[in-house]
Amino acid sequence: MKTIIISLKIFLFFTMLTGIVYPLLVTGIAQVTFPAKANGSLIVNDNQTIGSSLIGQQFDSIIYFTSRPSAISYNPLPSGGSNYGLTNLKLKNLVAERKKQFIVFNQLDSLTVIPSEMLFASASGLDPHISKQAALLQVARVAKARNFNAIQKQNLVQSVKTLTETPQFLILGEERVNVLILNLELNKLDQNFH
Amino acid sequence: MTTQDLIQIILFITVLIGLTPILGNYMYKVFTGNKHFILPVFGWLEKLTYKFSGINPDEETNWKSYTFGLLMFNLIGFVFVFLIQLFQAYLPMNPANLSNVSWHSAFNTAVSFMTNTNWQGYAGETTLSYFVQMIGLTVQNFVSAATGIAVLLALIRGISRKTTEGLGNFWTDITRSTLYVLLPLSILLAIVLVGQGVVQNFKTYETVQTLQGAQQVIPMGPAASQIVIKQMGTNGGGFFNSNSSHPFENPTPLSNFLQMVAILLIPVALTYTYGKMVDSTRQGWTVFTAMLILFIAGLIISLYDEYSANSIFGHLHLMEGKETRFGITNSILWSAATTSASNGSVNAMHDSLSPIAGMMAMINIMLGEIIFGGVGAGLYGMVIFIIITVFIAGLMVGRTPEYLGKKIETFEVQMAIIAVLAPNLVIQILSAWASVSSYGLSSLNNAGPHGFSEILYAYSSAAGNNGSAFAGLNANSVFYNLTLGFGMLIGRFGVIIPVLAIAGNMNKKKITPLSAGTFRTDNWLFIGLLIAVILTVGGLTHFPALSLGPLMDHLLMNYGITF
Repeated sequence: MKTIIISLKIFLFFTMLTGIVYPLLVTGIAQVTFPAKANGSLIVNDNQTIGSSLIGQQFDSIIYFTSRPSAISYNPLPSGGSNYGLTNLKLKNLVAERKKQFIVFNQLDSLTVIPSEMLFASASGLDPHISKQAALLQVARVAKARNFNAIQKQNLVQSVKTLTETPQFLILGEERVNVLILNLELNKLDQNFH
Repeated sequence: MTTQDLIQIILFITVLIGLTPILGNYMYKVFTGNKHFILPVFGWLEKLTYKFSGINPDEETNWKSYTFGLLMFNLIGFVFVFLIQLFQAYLPMNPANLSNVSWHSAFNTAVSFMTNTNWQGYAGETTLSYFVQMIGLTVQNFVSAATGIAVLLALIRGISRKTTEGLGNFWTDITRSTLYVLLPLSILLAIVLVGQGVVQNFKTYETVQTLQGAQQVIPMGPAASQIVIKQMGTNGGGFFNSNSSHPFENPTPLSNFLQMVAILLIPVALTYTYGKMVDSTRQGWTVFTAMLILFIAGLIISLYDEYSANSIFGHLHLMEGKETRFGITNSILWSAATTSASNGSVNAMHDSLSPIAGMMAMINIMLGEIIFGGVGAGLYGMVIFIIITVFIAGLMVGRTPEYLGKKIETFEVQMAIIAVLAPNLVIQILSAWASVSSYGLSSLNNAGPHGFSEILYAYSSAAGNNGSAFAGLNANSVFYNLTLGFGMLIGRFGVIIPVLAIAGNMNKKKITPLSAGTFRTDNWLFIGLLIAVILTVGGLTHFPALSLGPLMDHLLMNYGITF
């Protein structure tokens, strides 16, 4: 009986400590030190919240850089991947279809090597990034759709390069471009937009 | 693979090796009641815990009382988490207005978090309120890890003490683990992770108008505080459905690296603590080396297969279920760490790994979660294998087996066999049941051998208290919630109780002094024997099932066959 009472009391104590005090303490420190990040790295454009710089968005319009395929169409409730195994016929067909579509959509040579992240769906379904190559392959199509002149097009290529994030500290992770941020930059380059 | 990939792997392993003696030595001081530098900061909290709960910290109990306290404490935790899920709609802090959880899902989740498994049949952002995540799950993340450490400490005392009944005090063990190890490390890392972009707030979900004009609802919540302890305590349960692949749980390569270190940090350091507590750091490093060899071997096989060309996708990098910022190497490194450590968090979808990489993840779990393993749990599981190895070596040379001066006799070997068999029986029997029943098969997401792999992975994960999944399997059904729930219970307590019984029995024995005839357990020969025993037991048990699942999947893939 004594053990049961101790169990109850210590459980109550740890619930208060690690279930209430600890998350509140972390929230308090986080809200003071990194308020923007703690609240979801939201991007505000013309007084309107248009998304989070960490959460990818669906881009399939011809005037935007396309994001990666997503098993959840970038609807975060709930996040997730396709969970297809490599021997799943659906995956094989999807990859072939995406390859064809990427080539047609961007008017590329049929032998172009397409970066694999554009053919496979991400784990979270919210991957905000694509590779630099995948972005560069789309520049001509986007520029044409927006009637860019040669200088604007060159600026766009330059933007892709400046927005490319190197591996963190040059060692960790992969080189990548944030599609939402790139598309925001694209809108800025386009004087006719808005 | 590039040089940069290799550098990341070497860096990761180097950091772990470097931190082992530092944290290991600190934990030694904490667990033996010595002075340490956090005592002035949190010492008053320890005294307050004892005063509040009516605990006499100097009182020692025998193994039965120790076990009874542990079971009571876990039972209360289970009931609490179960109930708050059933009634979450009536409880506060539920801005997304989520409804009450079904009884079978609530049962599964409560067992899952109590047993340090953190298998998740539900999707966090659409199922559980902030209240349940914080006051229910975050608490269990701490105390289930502390429970694992407590069992290990009891076992070490049983091995290193002589002719006594006292096995320590369960309450002081969990209190010290929580206050001096888990809590300070978590606070520190949580802030760093928020600095990388992990969310930590109590706001309602944010509805935004995307650039293309669609609507997107972005979930929020106190994620960082839970994610840190999910890694540190080898729990693994994500705040969001896609776990550490979600950009809000793991936004950058640095957050990824730190979380990977956090997954293995305490388990690796405990090997050093172990060495200090049995008065021979060499013994600790021996165990560490055996674990590291198994870890690296599995990692190499997985990487090799993932980077190899195959008949279906040719030379394409297999990015299905992987995030661009992590790439293949970090996804595979994570999968090796999380399955070795009984953690179960993922940064890539294991269901979409290449068949052999998926199999290595499964093998890491099936070997008994002893390659570093869960916090505390990995090491006490490894000691079980050490007992079996010493016993087999004893049979070969015809001497009474001994470990660290303690005679290994019938009772210890019997208990060790129960501890090895319990999780393995769960895997074999329940996987077989699910594969021949309609309620088992109807949940599959993939056909052919890969479908069987989904089932086999699920029960391995439950029995090994890992928690990762081939997540295509829809496990949120009455059948899976219940069978996986019982699998987790057997996998946890079917090992803990025999381990504590061994501790209680060894505690009473004398220590035989070292002599020329003593079989050494701290050299390369022993490391080799130990690994051989682990692979033999695991291989004999699981090879048939693996050959029907991932091995078959691999062979068919190389003939270009799909389902």
